[in-house]
Amino acid sequence: MFDYGHFQFESKQDLFDKAIKFWNPDKTKFWQSVGVDLVIDRREGYFLYDMSGRRLIDLHLNGGTYNFGHRHPELVETLKGALDYFDMGNHWFPSVARSALSEALIRVSPGMAYAVFGAGGAEAVDIALKSARYATKRRKIVSIIKGYHGHGGLSVATGDERFSKIFLSDQPADFIQVPFNDIGAMEQALSGNDIAALIMETIPATYGFPMPNPGYLQACRDLCTRYGAMYIADEVQTGLMRTGEMWGWQAYGIQPDIMVTAKGLTGGIYPISAALLNEKAGGWLHEDGAAHISTSGGAELGCVVAHKVIEMLQRPQVRANVLTVAEFMRDGMAEMIARHGDVFTGVRQKGVILGLEFGNSGENAVAVSRALYENGVWAIFSSLDKRVLQWKPGALLTADLCQEILDRFDAAMPRARELVHAAKKGN
Amino acid sequence: MVDRSEPLLKMPDVALEQARMMLDRARWAAARMQKLDRTAVLRICEAVAKAGHARAQDFAEMAVRETGMGVVAHKVQKNQACSQGILDLYRNEDFISPRIQADRKIVELPRPAGVIFALVPVTNPVATVYFKAMLALMTRNAIILSPHPQAKGVCAEAARVMAEAAKAAGAPDGSIQVIDAPTIPLIEALMGDERIDLIVATGGPAVVKAAYRSGNPAIGVGPGNAPVVVDDSADLKAAAKRIVASKSFDNSILCTNESTVLAFASIADRLLEAMKAEGAHLCTSDQVAKLRALLFTDTGFNTAMIGKDAEVIARAAGFSAPGAKILVTPVDMVQPEEKLVREKLAPVLAFARVPGIDQAISAARSMMRKAGQGHSAVIHSRNEGHILAFAAGVPALRVAVNVGASLGASGFETHLGPSMTIGTGFAGGSSLGENLTPQHLLHFTRIAYNKDSGEAFGNFAGLDPLNLPKRVAAPMSLAVNNSEADLRAELRKIILEELKSVLAA
Repeated sequence: MFDYGHFQFESKQDLFDKAIKFWNPDKTKFWQSVGVDLVIDRREGYFLYDMSGRRLIDLHLNGGTYNFGHRHPELVETLKGALDYFDMGNHWFPSVARSALSEALIRVSPGMAYAVFGAGGAEAVDIALKSARYATKRRKIVSIIKGYHGHGGLSVATGDERFSKIFLSDQPADFIQVPFNDIGAMEQALSGNDIAALIMETIPATYGFPMPNPGYLQACRDLCTRYGAMYIADEVQTGLMRTGEMWGWQAYGIQPDIMVTAKGLTGGIYPISAALLNEKAGGWLHEDGAAHISTSGGAELGCVVAHKVIEMLQRPQVRANVLTVAEFMRDGMAEMIARHGDVFTGVRQKGVILGLEFGNSGENAVAVSRALYENGVWAIFSSLDKRVLQWKPGALLTADLCQEILDRFDAAMPRARELVHAAKKGN
Repeated sequence: MVDRSEPLLKMPDVALEQARMMLDRARWAAARMQKLDRTAVLRICEAVAKAGHARAQDFAEMAVRETGMGVVAHKVQKNQACSQGILDLYRNEDFISPRIQADRKIVELPRPAGVIFALVPVTNPVATVYFKAMLALMTRNAIILSPHPQAKGVCAEAARVMAEAAKAAGAPDGSIQVIDAPTIPLIEALMGDERIDLIVATGGPAVVKAAYRSGNPAIGVGPGNAPVVVDDSADLKAAAKRIVASKSFDNSILCTNESTVLAFASIADRLLEAMKAEGAHLCTSDQVAKLRALLFTDTGFNTAMIGKDAEVIARAAGFSAPGAKILVTPVDMVQPEEKLVREKLAPVLAFARVPGIDQAISAARSMMRKAGQGHSAVIHSRNEGHILAFAAGVPALRVAVNVGASLGASGFETHLGPSMTIGTGFAGGSSLGENLTPQHLLHFTRIAYNKDSGEAFGNFAGLDPLNLPKRVAAPMSLAVNNSEADLRAELRKIILEELKSVLAA
């Protein structure tokens, strides 16, 4: 019996049954089909606990949402403090929490002038796209094939058709997609001088973190300038120090016109997102500031937490920790490849953003994900490139836990090999 | 706007949270330090010692300015001794490589403590920062220095200089860190944190007790109160010179300094004359009373007088002692109720006459009953019987002979091991009974073979755990894309099953 006070479940199976019946049958069944019977119950630091009580180390972090770990005590204390005074607030009026967070964000984001808040990443992406359209008076948007920017009305159209066609929400006339790391294709797409914006994850996450070729992002930026399009940096997974810099675009030395942040901005304890706009992109804020409205976008409770996150990110200890974890993972994974090179074939890395490659084709990372799960580590495969495992160590991971992660990874590889092998045979 | 003392929102204590992050940073540093070999460690220690030595003068001046205690020239000496001096002394000792004891069939692998949390006293701020940082690095530990609030400026600066030198020489990030804004609640909260492996507490009894209460392994030290016996066999001129020099060294703020001279009556006058010739001012009974009133308040020693010049103290007491290096206060009784025989971190020296060695011992015991247990004592003598009887009779764990107490008991002018942390043993409330040296920051993993002579001891010569041949896992037969091997394995399985069924039939 799992008694949560307000609701109860007889067993884990009872939960599965109800999830299938009332929530999401396909998703619930999918995980069971790949051997991951996870129902996250308690969570703390970088640990998740399944309903069965089994502990997992979280290297999924929901795309960096839990960059600081689950329920980071400082963030919890901050939110509790805020709850004694604030609620979501009223989006119509200027507010102390929103103003303070706007100022904090702009101060750490060179070139940006205004912050516009949403409740989630997709909303912030929609705000970014609308702002670019307003500023350029153009309609078309360019994005990357296998890019991912969320599931809003506009943002979903920039992404993989898996997510848009099913809802008849693909808009091929206005949303053009080009291959990643292909400057020629990019120029071709932009050269008609009719593009409002290029939106680009600094490192495409759902695609398995393929690294931009040297000079690629700068070239894209330059092409945008040449052809009058705005460059939107989607920093939802690459921002907040995950590359070792506050924003991924800083790590690559480029200057966007607009950027989007979400997920880790509030450490997973209150939803918030923001589109940061340069002066030009923020033009509509002078003409009709109520042109975009969001009741829960920029809720004051979230603003207070995000403000704390931005303060924490600027501590020298955090940056030092990120760099140290990055170095540990670089060296550790090199050693793992040396030991398990038959299945583990490559690493892509920038800071604490890693994609681990398992072979050149197929869906091996699904099996590896399962092997790690069985060995107490939760890391998810890239849904748009299933031979790559997303490997996302938290910014505050400790020395002891990193060593444990590596030891568990090492222990999981024979099982991964077995599962990969079995899958091959099954095909 | 309404003026409020409290903010509207109750938010986390950023100083505490940031200090906690320092602990994690130190844990990383400790983990990475342990992968450094001896050459790398020596390179780091050399760079750090050099950087500290180069700033010895600046930091001595800054320390005197910030704390108002001590003597610049003497602090320079200590700062040099605790940087380059420590390196030179231990350079040839190996705290890193395995130690092979073939006769005992044991190999010892040094295991650093990990993260050391070091409390730094106001009296010897820079020297202690230097000393503890050097010891930590030599033994591949990470260290967080927590200075006394009244010396935080100079300590932070000294620690930063060392940290930068360490990093530039290849030490991991965060090997040396310092708490910039220490407060008592912050330090108490940190000391109990499980991320700390060892606390090394040098400071007042309150802070030492807090360290031991924290639940973490700790090395703390108790206060000193050194009796100084001068017997009838002593070289009186030399003794007088050493006593005055030691008592005036850095104005007596080393905890090993002389508290009370116990002079054999037969030589007491001659000793006093010799001390006067060295710059001691012999106080009149009126001056003694004034000093007693000035130095001891209801709550203990008058902290405003710690480490002040003798002339300044005399003036504060209401008399003048021009040119005096120390003030000598004759006392009739050597018992704790005579406040002047208690610990005095100031150049004020009590002086009592004793008939012989037995009374000297009982007087020493009496004065140490209140404070100074397990700490230091001194004897100026050439009589081994006296020396042995004294050493066996007083509750001190180091008895320095024919040397000043300040630098003798602290190991700079003896072979005790130069130290800014003087273990006062069980009687003195400490787990450490010696002067703190690098070996105290290490434990060992011991590889121990069967004693049986039939079991031979291995040959470990030249083997280093940091540099063993790479262990490559044997390739598994389950390689992907190897359908031929799969087929063979499958066939083998089928054949085996066939065989089994045939045999079973």
